[in-house]
Amino acid sequence: MEFPENTIVRKRRFAPKLYEFWIRNSLVSRKAKPGQFVIVRTSERGERIPLTIVDTRPGEFRLVVKAVGKSTYELCMKNEGDVLADVVGPLGKPSEVRNYGNVLVLGGGVGIAAVLPIARALKEEGNKLTVILGARTIDELILRDEFGFCDELLLTTDDGSLGIKGTVVDAMRELVKEKKFDVAWAVGPAVMMKFASYVAKEHNFPIWVSLNSIMVDGTGMCGGCRVTLKDEKGSKIEYTCVDGPEFDGRFVDWDVFMNRLTQYREQERLALEKFLAEVGDVSWL
Amino acid sequence: MAVKDRIHMPEQPAEVRKTNFSEVALGYTPELAQQEASRCLQCKIPTCISGCPVGIDIPGFIKEIANGNFESSYKILKSYNYLPAICGRVCPQEVQCEGLCILNKIGRSINIGALERFVADWADENNIEYENENTKFQFNISKAKDKKVAIIGSGPAGLTVASELGRYGFTVDIYEALHEFGGVLTYGIPEFRLPKSIVKKEIAALEKLDVRFFKNIPVGYAISVKEILESYDAVFIGVGAGTPKFMGIPGSELNGVYSANEFLTRINLMRAYKFPEYDTPIRIGKKVAVIGGGNTAMDAARSALRLGADVTIIYRRTEAEMPARKAEIEHAKEEGVKFYTLATPVKYIGDENGNLVAIECIRMELGAPDESGRRRPVEIPNSNFILEMDTVIEAIGTEANKFLLSQFPDLKTNKYGYIITDEYGQTSNPKVFAGGDIVTGSATVILAMGAGKKAAQGIMKFLSENR
Ligand SMILES: Cc1cc2nc3c(=O)[nH]c(=O)nc-3n(C[C@H](O)[C@H](O)[C@H](O)COP(=O)(O)OP(=O)(O)OC[C@H]3O[C@@H](n4cnc5c(N)ncnc54)[C@H](O)[C@@H]3O)c2cc1C
Ligand SMILES: Cc1cc2nc3c(=O)[nH]c(=O)nc-3n(C[C@H](O)[C@H](O)[C@H](O)COP(=O)(O)OP(=O)(O)OC[C@H]3O[C@@H](n4cnc5c(N)ncnc54)[C@H](O)[C@@H]3O)c2cc1C
Ligand code: SF4
Ligand code: FES
Repeated sequence: MEFPENTIVRKRRFAPKLYEFWIRNSLVSRKAKPGQFVIVRTSERGERIPLTIVDTRPGEFRLVVKAVGKSTYELCMKNEGDVLADVVGPLGKPSEVRNYGNVLVLGGGVGIAAVLPIARALKEEGNKLTVILGARTIDELILRDEFGFCDELLLTTDDGSLGIKGTVVDAMRELVKEKKFDVAWAVGPAVMMKFASYVAKEHNFPIWVSLNSIMVDGTGMCGGCRVTLKDEKGSKIEYTCVDGPEFDGRFVDWDVFMNRLTQYREQERLALEKFLAEVGDVSWL
Repeated sequence: MAVKDRIHMPEQPAEVRKTNFSEVALGYTPELAQQEASRCLQCKIPTCISGCPVGIDIPGFIKEIANGNFESSYKILKSYNYLPAICGRVCPQEVQCEGLCILNKIGRSINIGALERFVADWADENNIEYENENTKFQFNISKAKDKKVAIIGSGPAGLTVASELGRYGFTVDIYEALHEFGGVLTYGIPEFRLPKSIVKKEIAALEKLDVRFFKNIPVGYAISVKEILESYDAVFIGVGAGTPKFMGIPGSELNGVYSANEFLTRINLMRAYKFPEYDTPIRIGKKVAVIGGGNTAMDAARSALRLGADVTIIYRRTEAEMPARKAEIEHAKEEGVKFYTLATPVKYIGDENGNLVAIECIRMELGAPDESGRRRPVEIPNSNFILEMDTVIEAIGTEANKFLLSQFPDLKTNKYGYIITDEYGQTSNPKVFAGGDIVTGSATVILAMGAGKKAAQGIMKFLSENR
């Protein structure tokens, strides 16, 4: 059967509020490279939200979405056959995948999905790959069976329900004591990327982080997604959507970055409350 | 003939309109339009025309209004300008047609913009279709009709190329990165100056010319430049100036510091002023400063005012140097926007939560004229002062949109990153044409349209010569 563009062709539930989607879109599926993202508007009055392209197959691409607010709740409540109002992409710069030697890849929470295509591409380039995946609990440690290609795989959970008890960064700290890495990738919650970057800085290797700034257009037109990068020479502003989303975490001004993520906290709460009042019980989500 | 003063166009009263986003200027009634039109002297050598970047036959369309022949007036207008309802509303007429009107010598010029707008709105209300009688074109275009042209960007420049080529029967595909068409007309200029329903209608009229519209397609990303060049016989780039400049002073990263582009995109494109009915939020404090003196600054200030804030425009020169349309400066003042001239911010001050709480400014004085002929603002040492503000919107201009150009490495650009073209919009790649803000830097709607017109001629010439 042929689906119109932007149809959800497949939906799968991983854990509460954590879903995978395959979406029909010929342009995105044809062009996407690891590290790139799409901007999605679920409905006609919706906002534009950025989501990482996790995988592609002919005519379709894959997303993994965590419901954290109004727009992601609404998206996760969509069913197979539903059509999204707008899908734009691929956007952003692709990851700089090449043969570096020893590579460390960290994925936390939904970030696990986002690092999967990068890790796979790094392996194809012949890198020796150590991957640490972490989540709060076993259910959220998604897609771990798809990482079979890596040379070493470590799992962590905050509650110890699987693998090492602790965070991805805890496991990273242990690992870098005995092993040398040429480069690392870290995708996950801002705190995780921040502390992973501190560890990488201490041990003197570059670390690519994928910043989840607040975006509007995603095409370099508004500057809402701007981040501050600083080194010995001074600081500069770059735009996550066009200059990123990946930056060397050693140079990201993390306090500024994390503070900008809180800009709309009040309105976000209001929007979610209003939405939940309209849709009723979502405990099944 | 007695030259009475110009007929005033009805407007929403300032007290009412500052609480809504509906259009401020309400337009002429047919009676008022006829009265205003009959003031026109029908000059033998009409100076007004030379002030119009697309050379509209101004006395011609005005005469038809005076005679009550609105339909023929509309046809005259439309044969020169495909978007009259838009241009009538947003052109800076005082420095174009109206600025050169002979009546300025003895009173006030004809309100050409208001008349243009009247005719376009009247035609829309009365469902008048524009049938296009072309063929005055001198190239042998029949040979070229099977040629395909791609247009990148759906702002006024791209829309004009589409209309010009569409009406000669070329196959035209227009690609837009956003989810709505119109460029700045849609995401930049607010509803209270340019209702989005009008933009949508003028664009919908293009679909009748069989122009195909593709939204959500960032060219260079979803479709590569190479693919576009291979699949089309000619390409027009009209991607605008787009990327906002920041002053880059300390504190630019604080929450509450916006570029005007972001602020206006949230409001116009995303309808954040209707939050939470629409999902996109906007953060507006009680006291808002807008930095700049152009149309963008006025639009941002008046939008912030409509969201309930106390708004101050901070501009480094004086009001006389402000590049905004005079009408909008007047409107802003009537609505209660405060003006603080001869000052510029040097630092944004935040609280412990990273929120803006004040701006440190410095006073300026005017020195010798610069290249633009305007007197250059110079800082007065030690004149710093502090204004308490919880939101600041920088409207200090934009720079070349590098989003597409970064994917187009061979295209020649000047030192500011704008594309270099010849008079007909042709770039260093003979197959590629460009026009609008991406060539000139931030300019005006009508100049983008003028460039689009020229480029369309260039493209037709190129296509008929290159078989
Ligand atoms: C390049 C990029 C790629 C991304 N990829 C993915 C992805 O693959 N899967 C996925 O689930 N999410 C991804 N995100 C995050 C996603 O865009 C946000 O979760 C989404 O915008 C939240 O919208 P909302 O209306 O549901 O929540 P909101 O109501 O906007 O926010 C609710 C809460 O979520 C948190 N939040 C808000 N914005 C973000 C953000 N940008 N990132 C993280 N947390 C946020 C805040 O704590 C906020 O209080 C990505 C973000 C970027 C910039
Ligand atoms: C707030 C504001 C108020 C203004 N007020 C006035 C006024 O009152 N009067 C006046 O005459 N002028 C005004 N101007 C200026 C005027 O709007 C511009 O000069 C004019 O819109 C330029 O037209 P353009 O076609 O070159 O580009 P734009 O209108 O900028 O359109 C470019 C389009 O290209 C799209 N695009 C960019 N990259 C790509 C890509 N890679 N693929 C596909 N699409 C792409 C963009 O999304 C955009 O829609 C104002 C400008 C602003 C910002
Ligand atoms: S210059 Fe003024 S009076 Fe003369 S034709 Fe033009 S609009 Fe009419
Ligand atoms: S999201 Fe607007 S510039 Fe990046």
